[in-house]
Amino acid sequence: MSWLLPLPIVLPLLAAALSILAGRSKTAQRVIGVGTLGALVVVSILLLIEVERAGIVVIEAGDRPDPLGISLVADRFSAVLLLVAEITLFAVLVYAIGEPTTERNHVGFQSAYLILAAGVAASFLTGDLFNLFVAFEMMLTASYVLMTLGGRQEQVRAGMTYIIISLIASTLFVTALALLYSATHTVNMADLAVRLDELPSGVRTAFAVLLLVVFGIKAAIFPLFFWLPDSYPTAPSPITAVFAGLLTKVGVYAIVRTQLLLFTDDSRPATLLLVIAGATMVIGVLGAIAQDDIRRILSFTIVSQIGYMVMGLGFFTVAGIAAVIFSIIHHILVKTSLFLTTGLVERAGGSTKLSSVGGLVRTVPIVATLFLLSALSLAGMPPFSGFISKLALFEAGIDAQHLAIIAVAIVVSFLTLFSMLRIWTGAFWSPAEVAPPPAPVDAKRNGPTLMVLSTTFLVACSLAVALAAGPIYAFSERAAASLLDRDAYIEAVTGP
Amino acid sequence: MTVMLAAAAAVLFGLGTYLLLQRKLSRIIIGLGLLTHGANILMITAGKRGNPPIIGESRPEDLADPLPQALALTAIVITFGVTTLLLALAYRSWLLNGDDEVQDDVADRGIGQSEVVHDEIEDQLQVIAREEHR
Repeated sequence: MSWLLPLPIVLPLLAAALSILAGRSKTAQRVIGVGTLGALVVVSILLLIEVERAGIVVIEAGDRPDPLGISLVADRFSAVLLLVAEITLFAVLVYAIGEPTTERNHVGFQSAYLILAAGVAASFLTGDLFNLFVAFEMMLTASYVLMTLGGRQEQVRAGMTYIIISLIASTLFVTALALLYSATHTVNMADLAVRLDELPSGVRTAFAVLLLVVFGIKAAIFPLFFWLPDSYPTAPSPITAVFAGLLTKVGVYAIVRTQLLLFTDDSRPATLLLVIAGATMVIGVLGAIAQDDIRRILSFTIVSQIGYMVMGLGFFTVAGIAAVIFSIIHHILVKTSLFLTTGLVERAGGSTKLSSVGGLVRTVPIVATLFLLSALSLAGMPPFSGFISKLALFEAGIDAQHLAIIAVAIVVSFLTLFSMLRIWTGAFWSPAEVAPPPAPVDAKRNGPTLMVLSTTFLVACSLAVALAAGPIYAFSERAAASLLDRDAYIEAVTGP
Repeated sequence: MTVMLAAAAAVLFGLGTYLLLQRKLSRIIIGLGLLTHGANILMITAGKRGNPPIIGESRPEDLADPLPQALALTAIVITFGVTTLLLALAYRSWLLNGDDEVQDDVADRGIGQSEVVHDEIEDQLQVIAREEHR
């Protein structure tokens, strides 16, 4: 079954080429896009079943013996993230097709979107650090195009910041790779893990911190997060949703993967991770409280939530990492649905500023319900998935005797709830402070059917995560245990 | 040779960083070009030096390590593509604003100028004025 592994990378790339060739017909493009991503959801389910059976699935690209060839590796962690990512990408594409502006007006939208999907999948599946760089670039280049689609002044401004920051991160990545290569003469991750062990512990710590900085820029951790709330809100709403849901989480995935696989206990910057986590949580949520625009509030809460994930990693225990995996699954689904709902709010209220929309609970009750469910989940209210992820993180922290950071995390939880309630009271519950611009007269007031359906689907997925929390958490624990078992990974890739 | 390459990489990193800190987009792009070249040279330095890596031309022990060169080449191609996109954006920015200076974030400025912050800045200014008066 290892032939499944290249499919999530190859299929969308082929489909992207086909899609641009079929540029004349919007229908053909849509069939290709939705068909490919639908097929990939099935592929990733099959892959998850296979990984659950076999533990770790490996394929050497071009059948070259390791470590010469590029290996694609799926373990439980990457397989489950791949599945969640493909579901999200599928739902957001349906949403974009339903939205009457973005997808309809740009012939290259579908192609860029599919390349983004290929890049995300490649980042999760690669077993080679240089290939991870290429996967990141694939994903980022597609994201540059998607972010600046339309070329409005605001987008050009934010897009430039985003591209420059990402390019600096990529340059640092190349630098890190060059230093790693000169120290170990390999870029295969399993091989690197073996050869790094032979280096002095100080050198290994330096590499651990260097890689943390590289991926920290993508994951938006403190103090490298400032580009995110600035650039994400300017993109069209389905694009912002998929960026918010997936791109930062790919950065978190890379941090978790490299810290756990490449480094051992004596060279992991555990205390540094916890300090960063605390600062990321606090500053993210304080930023969210100061903002007036819904998209900017949500962007700042992304930063804050990334802090929780880094905190779980910083414990370096099975419970902590299981909680991180559960949080990532929860956060991808909830954050994407929040941004999709914001797109619906913008259609219904004509703006995303809290000061100029209001009373939406009466005009668009379905949108209001979808928002409330996701917002309460993000804030960590029981019985939603956010509550379970936070509870798991807190338990892991108490077990690991890191009480100070848990106290910070609990305070930040309440502040997150406060920022979500600000959106709820500002946009949905209270009447508008300023007279709103005339809303587009629509037959269906809640928004086009496809947009509402795909948002509902994602919210339903996040509720399903809460319902099936037992099995999913048990799976996360197995995934965390296999992440901490470096030898099994190394043996699966390089052979016994 | 390695020392020279390392020195070249260091100089490129330094100049690139300096240009990155400017406000004009054209300078930032040139800075990024220098910075990425620095990284690529560092990548080349990482490999073993030797004869051209063609099997049969010389003994395997004498061959140069071809992998860093291939990696650097990939990195160069990627940077090339992204730099082109950046130049297009800079041109677009020039069309829209008549300038390629990086603009301020308007929404952020708005929050900075909201009343609470504004009052605080006023207070600070008064304190400073009073101290200067003394």
